[in-house]
Amino acid sequence: MSLQHVTTTVNGDAAEFLCDATETLLDALRDRLGLTGSKEGCASGDCGACSVMLEGRLVCACLVLAAEADGREVETIEGMAGTGELHPLQTKFLELGALQCGVCTPGFLVAAKALLEEHPDPDETEVRYWLAGNLCRCTGYDKIIRAVLETAADLRGQ
Amino acid sequence: MELEFTTRTTFDKVGTRPPRPDGTDKVTGRALYGADLAGAGMLVGKVLRSPHAHARILAIDTSRASALPGVKAVVTRDDFPGIGPDGKVKGEVEENVWDVARNVMARDKALYEGHAVAAVAATSTAVARQALKLIDVTWQVLPHVTDVDEAMKPGAPLVHEDMITAGMDPAPEEPSNIAEYTRIEMGDIEAGFAAADVIVEQTFRTEAAHQGYIEPHACVASTSEDGVAELWCCTQGHFSVRDMCANILGMDLANLRVTSSEIGGGFGGKTTVFLEPVALLLSRKSGRPVKMTMSRDEVFRASGPTSSTSITARIGATRDGRITACDASFRYQGGAFPGSPVSYGAVCGMAPYDCPNVVLDCYDVVVNRPKAAAYRAPGAPMASFAIESLLDEIAGKLDIDPVELRLRNAVKEGSSSVYGPTFGAIGFVECLEAARDHPSLEAAPGANRARGIAAGFWPNYGGQTSVTVNVNNDGTVLVSLGTPDIGGSRASMCLMAAEELQIPYERVKAIIADTSALGHNDTTGGSRVTHSAGLATIEASRRVIDTMKQRAAALWDIDVEAVVWDQGCVRPSGANAGDHEPLTFEAIAAMAPSTGGPIAGHAEINAEGAGASFAVHVCDLEVDPETGRVTVLNYLAVQDAGKAIHPDYVEGQYQGGVAQGIGWALNEEYIYGSDGVLQNPGFLDYRIPVASDLPMIDTVIVEVPNPGHPYGVRGVGETPIVPPLAAVANAVSRAIDRRMTETPMSPPRILAAIDGSP
Amino acid sequence: MIDVRLGATLRSMAGGRQSFPVEAGTVGQVLERLQGAYPELSAVLDRGVAVSIDGRIYRDSLLQRVPDGAEVYLMPRVAGG
Repeated sequence: MSLQHVTTTVNGDAAEFLCDATETLLDALRDRLGLTGSKEGCASGDCGACSVMLEGRLVCACLVLAAEADGREVETIEGMAGTGELHPLQTKFLELGALQCGVCTPGFLVAAKALLEEHPDPDETEVRYWLAGNLCRCTGYDKIIRAVLETAADLRGQ
Repeated sequence: MELEFTTRTTFDKVGTRPPRPDGTDKVTGRALYGADLAGAGMLVGKVLRSPHAHARILAIDTSRASALPGVKAVVTRDDFPGIGPDGKVKGEVEENVWDVARNVMARDKALYEGHAVAAVAATSTAVARQALKLIDVTWQVLPHVTDVDEAMKPGAPLVHEDMITAGMDPAPEEPSNIAEYTRIEMGDIEAGFAAADVIVEQTFRTEAAHQGYIEPHACVASTSEDGVAELWCCTQGHFSVRDMCANILGMDLANLRVTSSEIGGGFGGKTTVFLEPVALLLSRKSGRPVKMTMSRDEVFRASGPTSSTSITARIGATRDGRITACDASFRYQGGAFPGSPVSYGAVCGMAPYDCPNVVLDCYDVVVNRPKAAAYRAPGAPMASFAIESLLDEIAGKLDIDPVELRLRNAVKEGSSSVYGPTFGAIGFVECLEAARDHPSLEAAPGANRARGIAAGFWPNYGGQTSVTVNVNNDGTVLVSLGTPDIGGSRASMCLMAAEELQIPYERVKAIIADTSALGHNDTTGGSRVTHSAGLATIEASRRVIDTMKQRAAALWDIDVEAVVWDQGCVRPSGANAGDHEPLTFEAIAAMAPSTGGPIAGHAEINAEGAGASFAVHVCDLEVDPETGRVTVLNYLAVQDAGKAIHPDYVEGQYQGGVAQGIGWALNEEYIYGSDGVLQNPGFLDYRIPVASDLPMIDTVIVEVPNPGHPYGVRGVGETPIVPPLAAVANAVSRAIDRRMTETPMSPPRILAAIDGSP
Repeated sequence: MIDVRLGATLRSMAGGRQSFPVEAGTVGQVLERLQGAYPELSAVLDRGVAVSIDGRIYRDSLLQRVPDGAEVYLMPRVAGG
């Protein structure tokens, strides 16, 4: 079986890799590009630990074929912080203790950033439903929800 | 050894909420978890698992798999050294190695669907998967049993044909699936029930739940030709992984170095080994590093969920609400091997109450399911579900407020515990009072709404701990720990070191060292780390201070008795000691190279004196009578932490335990088909709570100091999962006016209860 | 003299007797002398026990002092999740 050549953009940088036709974007990110910040919790789109942005759309990288990234832009957790500076969501998660084991955290941050870009002023219920595709087993979600709501308020200048 | 200390009550840094030292790596994706390590020439290992719930393995032919290009090693039962039932165990292994070895790889029989029967290492995942299909196993399928009550019946299929129940006198002549019987007995049970004005009795059942950590098991093993091996894995205890693997594989402990990766949740499920010995063997056979990861499906089918249970309990009380007697039968399956947490569970259920007359019969039962592992307060939530539900019935019958009923029976300092010893300083009454007085209890529930209250207990554990505190020449400090950090414990250790050394928190960092760098550390479990590793960190920090005092005294050429440690400086103790400018921590650190060399403190201790932790939970919910769906509206968790070192992570433990408990109460269950095959091995069908299922979870941290820790710390991790099953059940039962006796309280069960059908 | 009692979960393993007096100064001596004096405790001791002294539980501390007249219970070894 011959491998496919994929040319893509990851976190703003050109990237290329060879992959099997059946390989997921998650496997390619982790195994071909060494970007292990996106985690595999289920490989079935149920846990959201592999949340990434593909052409500006929030997706589970385990449900996307690597070949689908060809010619498109991918953003992962590794691209979330600016040079030398954390994204406000990252800072707020640390301030409020909104993580315990931390394995779901990259997925939550990518998903929460997508939420705030689309809905800068969400209420608690909206945050809970937007993040319902991201599983956390440690925190009971309380501090995560608070961190997203507080960041949203900060970004709106309140 | 007894450490000398008095419990401190005022703090400078402890009790604040600074960011954790490992936090930035975790919010940026840099932190490396079990599956995140890659190395040159690394192979992929995969496991062939039994499709049958119970089957004799007549033959395994691996020749076609071995011949496949790209396959570098195949292992089966034949590759594991023989371990007799009395095999000598090295290290600190607490688990029965004979059982663990057989759980890791099936021998004569596959004992559950998902039991490992062979494994391969290949150059790619695709080749490894293809190789598994080329392994030919000749099966003789046997009758199976997965239900705990069915397994106890005479004539049930035997999981182990030769198993005679332990703990019965005289011993039974016939084998059965009852591995062990234990009776817990106190007082005069008949007199106790004779003194009761009201007696309630029910049978309860709970289905098996999984810890549901988001990170599947993963490891990388690399074995050299000289037999020395390295293992990287996500585990709650890399020292016990080392000990178990070395025992199973017949290795010297010094030949195996285990590094714990960051760990993506454990909750007890990562206290044993599954893939690790197999990966080491595959690496030994192939001469290459081997990485193994479980799929989510494998995690459900073949790691260690908790017991399903069946409990019959009877409680008597006087008219004024004093509990006079409790007798109960606890039947817990522990999967295919002995060791369900039945007797701890039984004890924990009654531990909050001062009840003079108790008989608890405990049955540890084996079935054709995966071997149970610990799950957060192992065994306690199910027992508390039964006991706390019956207390709610008594409160209803006697028309006593449920918190008041518990206050009338609550254990306090000086009370005898149901397990024997007298309680020292404990905070159960304080928790009940805090719950009673909490403002959230003022609001009255509306239609189809109700409030449920339940208490919980976990004894906590201390254990062996080894910590090093290294002082750098710039005055910063590194704490080396051997207890994997799952929920922020590095931050707590840094706070305690900073408190002792009187230096800024930001100047202290902590890491989890590998098994070669420290003395033995028991596993992160039993809610022990903040207590035990904290104790060792404080002790090691005090040794740093001792050394600093010696250095200053030597410099000033005075006796060490003539110097004191005060506000982060060494000073002369008084005018007689001479006129010397105080030396700061930083100054002494900078002088270390020229005053005798590096400054470090060690503590190698067996931390005794873990303080018991009690909790009281209050749950308000609404039941939709049309659909049976439950919506949790408000939840309050009150618990005694002794002293909260980093309150964010104490609250986080309370909230996380509540969420897991609500999931267990309402949704989560292992569903087996009549073929003994697990029907729901994925997060879609085994549904853990998602963000939209839960409300904010309110917490109250009660602080009754534990005299067994210099700052008063009690473990907090496990108790929070004990009350929720009963708190939710008591609320649902009140909302629908029917007693709920089974978990999960899924919509069909609730509708059936409303309809009055069983 | 120390009156060693069996924690509730162990009583059924020792034929019903609950109290086992021994002369001992440390946890190690307690365990060693129980082994010699009370054969009915061998099942309990062989499986491994923790020792509670005045309400504090010691799991692996053979050198721990046991004050005369202390409340001493043998307990099962419990860890947790």
